[in-house]
Amino acid sequence: MSLAATRKLRSSIAMGACIASAGIGLLALAFILGALLWNGFSGLNLAVFTQNTPPPGSAGGLLNAIVGSLIMTVLGVAIGAPLGLFAGTYMAEYGKFSRITSVVRFINDILLSAPSIVIGLFVYEITVMQMGHFSGLAGALALALLVIPVVVRTTEDMLNLVPGGLREAATSLGLPRSLVIRHVAYKAARAGLITGLLLAVARVSGETAPLLFTALNNQFFSTNLNAPMSSLPVVIFQFALSPYKDWQNLAWAGALLITAAVLALSIAARVLGAQNTSK
Amino acid sequence: MTDAEAFNANGQTAPEPAPAPAAPVRPAPVAHTPPAPEKMTVRNLDFYYGDHKALKSVCVPLYDRHVTAFIGPSGCGKSTLLRVLNRMYDLYPGQRAEGDVLLDGANVLDPRLDLNALRAKVGMVFQKPTPFPMSIYENIAFGVRLYEKLGKADMDERVEKALRGAAIWEEVKDKLGASGLSLSGGQQQRICIARTVAIQPEVILFDEPCSALDPISTAKVEELIDELRHNYTIAIVTHNMQQAVRVSQYTAFMYLGEMVEFGETNGIFTIPRERRTQDYITGRFG
Repeated sequence: MSLAATRKLRSSIAMGACIASAGIGLLALAFILGALLWNGFSGLNLAVFTQNTPPPGSAGGLLNAIVGSLIMTVLGVAIGAPLGLFAGTYMAEYGKFSRITSVVRFINDILLSAPSIVIGLFVYEITVMQMGHFSGLAGALALALLVIPVVVRTTEDMLNLVPGGLREAATSLGLPRSLVIRHVAYKAARAGLITGLLLAVARVSGETAPLLFTALNNQFFSTNLNAPMSSLPVVIFQFALSPYKDWQNLAWAGALLITAAVLALSIAARVLGAQNTSK
Repeated sequence: MTDAEAFNANGQTAPEPAPAPAAPVRPAPVAHTPPAPEKMTVRNLDFYYGDHKALKSVCVPLYDRHVTAFIGPSGCGKSTLLRVLNRMYDLYPGQRAEGDVLLDGANVLDPRLDLNALRAKVGMVFQKPTPFPMSIYENIAFGVRLYEKLGKADMDERVEKALRGAAIWEEVKDKLGASGLSLSGGQQQRICIARTVAIQPEVILFDEPCSALDPISTAKVEELIDELRHNYTIAIVTHNMQQAVRVSQYTAFMYLGEMVEFGETNGIFTIPRERRTQDYITGRFG
């Protein structure tokens, strides 16, 4: 066989393998989404948004779980995002050449890939054990610990993408460093920073393990941060494993809600990211 | 054919047909009297990137309201010298300067010096146009706001004056709200010049301002530099000999971190005193 023909054959084999792999992956995703949409929509109704989680055998909704999830996610991001933003800013701007930056980056990467159940156990140890009870605050804290490494990473990466020439130009106008960062670097990296934030929210909104150890669950409506708090992932976990049909249907509806929310966040992140590159 | 044109014939691309640089042959200046006070003075300047010595005992004056061009092959230290004049090197660790750099008699290298105040006096325009990610208007007003509290009307006036001064007003006056990034490279560069001029510095450093620009934009920027010299002391680094001839009154030739020759531009390009200068401007190396 000629050289060209051999290459062509090898190319088509590799191409075929790639297409097959992509197909298998997409097929699995399609099945998951199909099942989710099918079962989720049949369980979805107005009561899901207006009533609290029911005892087995009676009708109810997911109101307390939705509100709990919103509270803990917003609080977790509110605590974690500024910390991550400041740390990332230090690493990319002030401490770009310092040793501590590489140490922090290394530790942050470990934190980024740490199993979330470990984070949950850690927060359990420092809050739940000390306070003597589960609480929404502990849940928010666990989520914040998950938000921090994501935001640190994206902040540093996005600020490093800002051309050094832009900083020099701003510096050459006599701007002190803080203003260069605030008015020029942040502005140039804005879309990327927001994208990172949205991805962090998407990441934590589906977390179950850390919440099991911290906020636990609450079958009643509660906004008390000092008491156990319900959340969608934990309710899904509990209801999906139950033998009761009503509970299982609610779990499907909850799964659909989370997926839709994460999808919306991802799309928003994509759109913002695209704006960044097209400029 | 002048030396500069001969250099061009040797394969350097000129951005546009050069207007013949004065008379083809002129006598070397015999006695040289400084035309103006020295706005900046560099004396025995050594500069280090870590262990590497990039500038060796460099001495050069920048005469008040004159244009001084810095020429020399890549890596000879021209840009490094410029970055010492506004202490831009301070942004990076491991870079240090020794010697004297005076601005109106005050030492620029003084570690206690307020760098932001220095940079407000010694502005810089870079090789690559660097508009900030904000509107054209804000690109100018942003720097001004740092130093002066101006009302809306005064600020509008200042922005217009700066844009006119940079010969770009006519092109952007109807889209001041548009992003600075939407302009062409040449327009962006003139916005950057306007931005530098707007904060009213005393010295402007140009680091190869035209190397990313097309011939027409280059001509505009050169005209602009010629205008600006009436009010500002200017230093320009360029790889383009014709440009040095066109815009400068004084030229410094640098080679391997040393200041080989400094003198009136016409003298340097017609009867250089040093062999190395002659070789460089006739294109024998570099």
